[in-house]
Amino acid sequence: MAKRIDATSVTAYYGGFKAIEDINLTVEPKTVTALIGPSGCGKSTFLRTINRMHEVLPAARVEGKLTIDDQNIYERDVDVTAVRRMIGMVFQRPNPFPTMSIFDNVVAGLRLNGVRKKSVLEDAAERALKSANLWDEVKDRLGKPGAGLSGGQQQRLCIARTIAVEPQVVLMDEPCSALDPISTLAIEDLMFKLKDRYTIIIVTHNMQQAARVSDRTAFFSIEQTGDPGRLIEYDDTQKIFSNPSVKKTEDYITGRFG
Amino acid sequence: MTTTMTPAPPSAAPGQSPQLRTRKLPVVASLGIAVAAVVLAAALVYGAGIGGTALVVALAVVFYLVGLFAASNAVEGRRQARNRTWSALIHSAFVLALLPLASVTWTLVSKGIERLDGDFFGSSMNNIGARDPNGGAYHAIVGTLEQVGVATLITVPLGIACAIYIVEYGRGRFAFTIRFFVDVMTGIPSIVAGLFVLAFWILIVSPYFNDGRPGYSGFAASLALSVLMLPTIVRSTEEMLRLVPAPLREGSYALGIPKWKTILRIVLPTALPGIVTGVMLAVARAAGETAPVLLVAGGGAAINFNPFENNQSSLALFVYQQAGDASRYAPARAWAAALTLVALVLVLTIAAKLLARRNRFSR
Repeated sequence: MAKRIDATSVTAYYGGFKAIEDINLTVEPKTVTALIGPSGCGKSTFLRTINRMHEVLPAARVEGKLTIDDQNIYERDVDVTAVRRMIGMVFQRPNPFPTMSIFDNVVAGLRLNGVRKKSVLEDAAERALKSANLWDEVKDRLGKPGAGLSGGQQQRLCIARTIAVEPQVVLMDEPCSALDPISTLAIEDLMFKLKDRYTIIIVTHNMQQAARVSDRTAFFSIEQTGDPGRLIEYDDTQKIFSNPSVKKTEDYITGRFG
Repeated sequence: MTTTMTPAPPSAAPGQSPQLRTRKLPVVASLGIAVAAVVLAAALVYGAGIGGTALVVALAVVFYLVGLFAASNAVEGRRQARNRTWSALIHSAFVLALLPLASVTWTLVSKGIERLDGDFFGSSMNNIGARDPNGGAYHAIVGTLEQVGVATLITVPLGIACAIYIVEYGRGRFAFTIRFFVDVMTGIPSIVAGLFVLAFWILIVSPYFNDGRPGYSGFAASLALSVLMLPTIVRSTEEMLRLVPAPLREGSYALGIPKWKTILRIVLPTALPGIVTGVMLAVARAAGETAPVLLVAGGGAAINFNPFENNQSSLALFVYQQAGDASRYAPARAWAAALTLVALVLVLTIAAKLLARRNRFSR
């Protein structure tokens, strides 16, 4: 079910500003890939081009080719909502829908895409919450507002919401940066579990996290402020963190710059 | 390294901890100053015979502020004195702003209660002469409810749709132009809205429905009120939609939910309480409008349930007519109608707020 992602010379703009240039990268199915690099180097921008969230911002556009199992998602006749259903996304700050209960939050993706049957929704909610390690904590209060959970629980709720629609790829944009170490651990455990079924790409500023959770690591960087971000090195996580082939990567992961 | 870690507090000598305790005015001091200010102001005003209670209060406030500043400055120092004076000023501003409201409420209730009886709510002004003490506002209440109700039915969908266009879809010059004209509409005097409907609807359109003769109707009043309500609803809804955080929209898009459904099921429910407040502001304004109703609804003393045909009255118009009536019983009716109007708007507002909160988290 999990998909292979293939980016070929992807370039993204915010209006006249070129944020990333000429990114070429292949992500194998059922792996965790970490995107690391200094602030403003375009990791998040690249992540958002994968499910076409980049173009939500006004005047933002993407050039190049991005294929999911040999299907270019930037063709003219591609349905954006179908792409996003296939490629889920978890954001930096937990963003549960404030007017909805925990249950409604989890099934929002299914319900608003036309699933009406209550038994189906209930099964999906239970499965997604169990996958997100949240079921035991919320099973007795599914009707309570989702915004009333703690930050870590909210983030797991957002992950449950994302996997409830059964995507093939899950993108995570610094999912732990607003969380404490225990919630972070819960989410990292979750990533190991989800790896069996999904392709996961995670943006992180935490190098230890990248080393812990990912199979492959991509290092992005910029020459100076105002320049577009580029992919510097992409290799097995083990290799990147022990014996990187580019000097800049070594400087970054040893803390000499960035 | 260590020198930058421990900067010395500016007021204390090196190695000495800063003084934390200061001299304070006793709690009774401000009360004493207040009493003294009132006594001084009263002595001055009544001694010189230059005014009444209002001047005493105004002077007392000034004396209190000056006295408080002087006392605090002498005992506690300049910073505390300024703090106390500004706090006192802000509190007096709050009381000053509340005074008209309290005064209006008191006047309305005390004068309106006299005719607030079953007869007032149960009968119209049909066949009520100048010497009849009874007569009521039933026809006017019906008129207000129908006219404002129809106007709300017209403006709420239109206004919310317009706001959604401006916030979610509009790009560039066209959306900017619409916003500009909505702002211009906000400033339209109500009488102009009434004249517009009179010229356009009554004189040109209504003859087609009325055997070739122009006719007044409650619906025409609804149209005029719509012109007044629309900009308020558009602007308030627009502000509320802008307050919905962008991550919520993105979270929804990321689930593969189409844009229109995101707006309908995520954005609008999140903004709903604010939108309801905006709608109720517009309703309250429309319910109190007299001029457009006077021009296009035609007034009338009899009960007319049909807003599309024949004259209709409204509460605001009823107040206007009764207040100018020569009958000695008319002023009491005007006050009772004014009280009814305020109570009606209040009840509608509370009901709408409760409705917007209901079942928010039900499964």
